[in-house]
Amino acid sequence: MSWLVAAPILVPLSTAALCALAWRSIPAQRGISLAGAVALLLCAIGLLAQVAGGVQVMQMGGWKAPFGITLVADTLTAIMVLVTAIMAVAVAAYSLGDIDPVRERNGFHPVFHALLVGVGGAFVTGDLFNMYVWFEAMLISSFVLLALGGTKEQLDGAIKYAALNLIATAALLLAVVLLYGLTGTLNMAELARLVPQVQNQGTVTTVAVLFIIAFGMKAAVFPLFFWLPASYHTPAVAVQAIFAGLLTKVGVYALLRTFTLIFVGDTGWTHGGILLWIAGFTLVAGALGSLATKDLRKALSWQVVAHIGYMVMGLALYTPLAIAGVVFYLVHDIVVKTNLFLGAGVARRLSGSSRYEGMGGLFRSAPILALVMFVPLGSLAGFPPLSGFWSKLVLVQAGLAAQSWWIVAAALVTALLTMMLAGRIWAEVVWKAHPAGDLAGLGGFSPGRRVALVAPLVALSLVTVTIGVWPEPVMDLAGRAALGLLDPAPYIEAVLGAPAPQPTMVGELPVTPAAPGQGGAP
Amino acid sequence: MEVVLAFTIGGLVTGAVYMLLSRNLLRLLFGVIILSNAVNLSIFLAGGLDYGVPPLIQGADKVLEGTYANPLPQALILTAIVIGFSLLAFALVLVYRGWQDMGTIDGDALRVAEPVETTPALEAAARARKHGRETA
Repeated sequence: MSWLVAAPILVPLSTAALCALAWRSIPAQRGISLAGAVALLLCAIGLLAQVAGGVQVMQMGGWKAPFGITLVADTLTAIMVLVTAIMAVAVAAYSLGDIDPVRERNGFHPVFHALLVGVGGAFVTGDLFNMYVWFEAMLISSFVLLALGGTKEQLDGAIKYAALNLIATAALLLAVVLLYGLTGTLNMAELARLVPQVQNQGTVTTVAVLFIIAFGMKAAVFPLFFWLPASYHTPAVAVQAIFAGLLTKVGVYALLRTFTLIFVGDTGWTHGGILLWIAGFTLVAGALGSLATKDLRKALSWQVVAHIGYMVMGLALYTPLAIAGVVFYLVHDIVVKTNLFLGAGVARRLSGSSRYEGMGGLFRSAPILALVMFVPLGSLAGFPPLSGFWSKLVLVQAGLAAQSWWIVAAALVTALLTMMLAGRIWAEVVWKAHPAGDLAGLGGFSPGRRVALVAPLVALSLVTVTIGVWPEPVMDLAGRAALGLLDPAPYIEAVLGAPAPQPTMVGELPVTPAAPGQGGAP
Repeated sequence: MEVVLAFTIGGLVTGAVYMLLSRNLLRLLFGVIILSNAVNLSIFLAGGLDYGVPPLIQGADKVLEGTYANPLPQALILTAIVIGFSLLAFALVLVYRGWQDMGTIDGDALRVAEPVETTPALEAAARARKHGRETA
């Protein structure tokens, strides 16, 4: 038991509260925001170190699982929290140079950390209903961040985002309670024990499909992704970056958690059937969409969709190598996507437009920036030796080993299309002369702003290069996370205590709606 | 009673889907309201129904005795109602602001964030169609 397990919720929550208390003083909010993000990073490093010694569990309020809410951190959780914290620091630093005074006065900093509360909560919770609540906490913060600033474009995007996500929310809640009705518990570890004992496994599979729809909508998979390209390009750059980096990945994390822990009874249908098809279509649809638009921000939004496909593909293959590949891909993709959106923000600031026809000349005006941006762009397309290459390599290897030829084909075609996009972006944004002649370059910014805008880009690019050149530690961590996912016994034991003796009345266990008094968690 | 509730939920979802398919954003939001109410009812149903047995601990007892209604779904519904209410309040204000700024609540007319993309080929095709009509 360790309080660090609650840190991904408590640290951003305190930061948000402190920022809100300092409502009138923008400089104070900026300081608190950055300090809070750094504190989260330190806690995340501590958590990762602790998790090496076994799954960390915290029973909220001293109510033992399955009656209370449990917070659990295994290797996967710790990795996700760490990557989230790195993004939080990068985006908090970037926002100091990017967010305009109006958005700052209207509460950008507190809401940004409130968003992180939801993300962190979804990662550490061990209770399904609680996960729904964290998703909602994340959703309401993202509504506010998306609409903050109130331009017409933002309102338009926010309306579509809100409408589709509200429906996803209803689907998620319905799926959660149907599972509760089947088993009488909401604790994920206990669900892992009870779900195989449900007599009518057909109902379980039906509920599993509802979960695919609900989490899939949050993760923006085909054909449920339309809210994403409609809205992600509209808000402030810092908001775009944190959305692109984290939000859809929380959906992927939830899929990964539930479909390795709870719904493993009918993998031929849920994983090898539905998820695999979804992955293939998501890959190709996202890549084609990104090539069909002439706006840098929109192209990157479509790329968010495309690369969700890779992660779902790994989950669908459901082998140790594939799951390790998914975890590796999550780390790589979060860093790269955040970096790309931040870079696109600087490029837009320099050239005054985000449409290709109004961009260009970056190679002349800001060569260092162009070089730094090449790293995430190359990694996105999978150039060796950057992180994108290794993560794609592992997934393709896993696909070949599982003899799923066509999903491998879809993955490789998508990588090729992504390379086309990378080439196009490079030609249109970096090499082409800017239509308005030479640009001022980074020298046009004040020194403070220059550091705030460029330092996160350099730092994130360094992370990508480091993972690329030295993938061994990350792959090792990903492998451990995958083992923890595929053999959930230590996870279950950590939450519920030593395994109970085999029940003698298997047929009579809760197959009917929950008996009165059987607890889950409120 | 379960059957009646099940059909009620089914009816609510049917109505919700009908509303969700509307282009009118306000109707869409009403659809979401009905849908979330249907889901709340199904929480109630999934938790098991009992009559007239409140989950109250009597007098000197320390725990619940005998039969009592499952208190957990009530807590879940309460949470879901609060969350749904806050999200809907935000969404309503958002649509209202959208109407103020863009003058429409027709979903199809919202093309500010996603303007129609044209390519030279598409433009040429449009010109050719126009030209064809004029010569005809």
